[in-house]
Amino acid sequence: MGLLSLIIFLPVLGVILIALIPRLAEKTIKWLAAVFTFIPLALAFYLFFVFDRSSGSIGVMQFQENLSWIPAINSFYHVGVDGISLPLVLLMAILGFLVVLISWKVHLRVKEYFIWLLLLETSILGVFASLDLLLFFLFWEIEIVPMYFLISIWGTGRRSYSAMKYVIFTLVGSAFMLAGILALYFTTGSLNMLEITQKIGAAAAVIPLTAIFFLLIIGFAIKLPVFPLHTWLPDAHTDAPTGVSVVLAGALLKMGGYGIIRVCVSIFPDVARTWAPLFIVLAVIGIIYGAAITLRQTDLKRLIAYSSVSHMGYVLLGIFALSQVSLVGASLQMFSHGIVTGLLFAMAGLVMHNAGERDLRKLGGLAKQTPLIAVVFSLAGLASLGLPLTSGFAAEFLVFVGAFSSKVVAGIQVYTLISAIGVVLAAGYILWMIQRVFFGPALEKFNAVKDADKLEMVYMVAFVALILLVGIFPSILTNIYNMGIEPIAKFLIP
Amino acid sequence: MIPYQLIWLIFFLPLISFAVIALVVRPLVKPGNRISGYLAIAAIGGSLALSIWTLFSVMQQASHEIAVPAITWLSIGSLSVQIGILMDSLTAVMLVVVTLVSLMVQIYSQGYMRGDPGYHRYFAWMSLFTMSMLGLVLANNLLMMFVFWEMVGLSSYLLIGFWFHKPAAANAAKKAFIVTRLGDFGFLAALLLLFANTGTFDIIALRGLAISGVLGGAVLTWAAIGIFAGAAGKSAQFPLHVWLPDAMEGPTPVSALIHAATMVAAGVFLVARTLPLFEHSLVAMNTVAIIGGFTAIFAATMGLVAFDIKRVLAYSTVSQLGYMMLGLATGGVAVGIFHLFNHAFFKALLFLGAGSVNHATGTFDMREMGGLRKVMPWTYGLFIVGSLSLAGIWPLAGFWSKDEVLASALDKQPILFVLALITVFMTAFYMFRAVFMTFTGASRAKTHHEHAEGHSIRHESPAVMLVPMIILGVLAVVSGFWNVTGGFNAFMGEAGETHSFIAGLFGVFAHPLPWIALLVACSGVALAAIMYNTRLLSPEKVGKLFKPLYTLFLNKYWLDQLYEKLFVNNFLLNKLFAGFQWFDTGVVDGAANGAGDATNAAGKALRRAQTGQLQVYALTLGLGLIAIIVCVLIFGH
Repeated sequence: MGLLSLIIFLPVLGVILIALIPRLAEKTIKWLAAVFTFIPLALAFYLFFVFDRSSGSIGVMQFQENLSWIPAINSFYHVGVDGISLPLVLLMAILGFLVVLISWKVHLRVKEYFIWLLLLETSILGVFASLDLLLFFLFWEIEIVPMYFLISIWGTGRRSYSAMKYVIFTLVGSAFMLAGILALYFTTGSLNMLEITQKIGAAAAVIPLTAIFFLLIIGFAIKLPVFPLHTWLPDAHTDAPTGVSVVLAGALLKMGGYGIIRVCVSIFPDVARTWAPLFIVLAVIGIIYGAAITLRQTDLKRLIAYSSVSHMGYVLLGIFALSQVSLVGASLQMFSHGIVTGLLFAMAGLVMHNAGERDLRKLGGLAKQTPLIAVVFSLAGLASLGLPLTSGFAAEFLVFVGAFSSKVVAGIQVYTLISAIGVVLAAGYILWMIQRVFFGPALEKFNAVKDADKLEMVYMVAFVALILLVGIFPSILTNIYNMGIEPIAKFLIP
Repeated sequence: MIPYQLIWLIFFLPLISFAVIALVVRPLVKPGNRISGYLAIAAIGGSLALSIWTLFSVMQQASHEIAVPAITWLSIGSLSVQIGILMDSLTAVMLVVVTLVSLMVQIYSQGYMRGDPGYHRYFAWMSLFTMSMLGLVLANNLLMMFVFWEMVGLSSYLLIGFWFHKPAAANAAKKAFIVTRLGDFGFLAALLLLFANTGTFDIIALRGLAISGVLGGAVLTWAAIGIFAGAAGKSAQFPLHVWLPDAMEGPTPVSALIHAATMVAAGVFLVARTLPLFEHSLVAMNTVAIIGGFTAIFAATMGLVAFDIKRVLAYSTVSQLGYMMLGLATGGVAVGIFHLFNHAFFKALLFLGAGSVNHATGTFDMREMGGLRKVMPWTYGLFIVGSLSLAGIWPLAGFWSKDEVLASALDKQPILFVLALITVFMTAFYMFRAVFMTFTGASRAKTHHEHAEGHSIRHESPAVMLVPMIILGVLAVVSGFWNVTGGFNAFMGEAGETHSFIAGLFGVFAHPLPWIALLVACSGVALAAIMYNTRLLSPEKVGKLFKPLYTLFLNKYWLDQLYEKLFVNNFLLNKLFAGFQWFDTGVVDGAANGAGDATNAAGKALRRAQTGQLQVYALTLGLGLIAIIVCVLIFGH
């Protein structure tokens, strides 16, 4: 078994241990979960360091494992990572471990909670590492089950409505995606993503390529999400428990962006170019319309949730601007949004847990009582509004520069400039939120509210360090992204 | 010559101070300890020493430049960003201004902020600001400049909102950030436009392309206007000036450093840095001149009627920044930057004076002051020096640079010259209105002050606050002498005559313009004296006489209401964005839920068809068969 498989399946080993050993203490379960997410994290960092960055490896899948799985349909257990997927595997591994820490104060049905959480990690890691479309689809579908239970059991508010809504939206997308995968299989006779990319040009398509492209992208667009398929997101994010909101915003949405780059854009460069204007318009709508609605929110978590709609718009813009720089920017934005919004949700959860209040109209003055939470929350907010020297700026700037100077789509300059207004709106909602929660006179009702404890400091420091590291030295990630993007970008030039 | 590694150290010293205070001092040292102040002062003192060394090194070079190797920060395909230092005469002058004023203000703060529970936080943010400002000044490319441009914006946000428990401070901080970001949108657009057309962010390369004409036409014009939009936001030029008066909610030393001497001048610096881009576009150049000239008089009118001493100074800053823009657009880098250079010293002095007054009285409202001349003679004397310099009285610093701005405006933009001359009158008037209201006459202090403790007895400020003011006071007198000989112009690379100091000092009166300007300024002082000192003319009566204008100025032209109430709240938030929200829940989500409901309803309806009665099935089957036969008969051929 290779390292990549170890990373993917160690959480499952944790699940088996937690499930089978009877009468485990709550603490032991949490420690087991921590260990079985920490080892994948360590291994993911190891892969990141030994990843071959030489120019000879540009566009090459590394750490590949290829075993025959279902020979009858030519399906393989085929995993591997390139410059695009490795940072996402790393992101999920980081979040996977930190979410266990964030969930340390869960006391309701602890055993089941961590079983579902670990299973969720494996399924997302599997999506990012799969090179076989059937395997990809399998991991994609598995993820729905833990999400459903996590939201409907440990959630808040209208949790069963939100959980069901999430499942239905995802399943509708999956149905189209499965049809698309089948069409690809019957066209090329292969399920191997790399092979399909090469064969698709010469093969006679069973249905028009454009149709296959759209079948596939609907599933990804729901997940990213793209306007007007986004309405599951605010409900799911708002009602999910804190830890799950972190994974949902941090890693799960990225399955959509990753799928669009890996499957839609890589396999169908010509179709992507033809339809780019449509998706760019949807991206601009998502950015501005999402930010506008964010400005109207009064619930702490719902505000952050809607901001994700806006921020994921930058990913879509970067992808369909179809230039090398913009695609790297989109990829970086996925990573950056993962750590920034992950931290935002973690901090929102902390405020809600410690202060017992999530209505922005009733919060205030907490900077006096909880200075540490205030500093870290503000920092995450600043990264979210794209302040330089945080990851958010590096990512958004690359998207803007790449999109504005892209030669692929006509008139993209105007769309890029409209999108940049989103940055001004972001300053509006983030600073308003911070002011509502932390500034103003200290309120007596919050006098007993505790600041972050040692455990919480651990993940806060980890997140902040990552945000600043990527913000100050973005080339740590852009160099590696570039290795995966460069070969794709070549085929996008008309 | 200074080794280039030491030039980098100018930037890194405040950064180190910030990191040490934020990560070590604040969590571990008790709030009463003053170590963070000493640390910040030591760091900025080191930066000042290195900056002076750099200035002399640059002066010794024939080209007035020092080459510093750049480092690759980012490289993706066609995008490559090299970060480094552009070390020329402009940078060298700015370095000295920033570090010198910063040092004075931080020494002063040791006294002013003593006993504040946020003492460590204050010096951490101050160091962060100085670091960012130095990064902005040193930057060799527009992207790096933009990065630190935003960082000074952040520092400004943090320091305006330093007393975040006051809602007014928190609001002002947010307003400052968002309004300047609106301008930054233009700066960002300019960056994108320039990169898409040239493939570089490097300032020297861009200037070269503009001069050679490769970069020209509409692209150049729009890029220049975009850059100016950013500059207008940061330098509080009309119509983005609204944040600066509110920013006075921050601690007064912050206002002196950030909102008078350095950060707000960053916009002027940016335009000076990229001036060749403006020079090759008449539209852009005229935009700068008109906005600058208009802002100068526009802000001055509001300064005439303000009662808060800091707000008077804030409007004055906006107005003087307008002068600098006008100077850049009509006279070039040397004229604009020379005014920036002098203004930094006398305006910082005036703000520190206002802070000193506040320290003694606990208020900024001039209606509650009066008679402070006897209690605080040093502050009074220094405030007078600053005011005379600002009013442009010979031979103080302000006279020399203002005279150059007026002369070049007369040459290129006669209409704006007239506005600028009227502004000279207003400037002299509002400054001496402030002097007389604050320091002369009888005390109008209320018996009970909110800041009762320590402030109940009016007193002169301690030496730690007075000494920096005295140093700035000396500079407010002498800093203008640099160009009496024409030396500053020559250093900035402008061709022009140079002469001996004495000849320059008196020779200036060979022209009629300085006479006119002096006369106008003196009449402004005289009118202020008649109205507020001798009270020969009652200010209330004058106010009634010009009631419509007075109301207009006092309400700041209702622009705050227009922006905040009408546009942002009424239109954007409650109409447009509320409409989006309605659309999102009603239509988009409604459609999704509707599709779900429809599926449910269809299921229910179909279930009703499954009656289990064979007769019904047979009937349906028969009807279907007939329908098919009919269809085939009709469409079959």
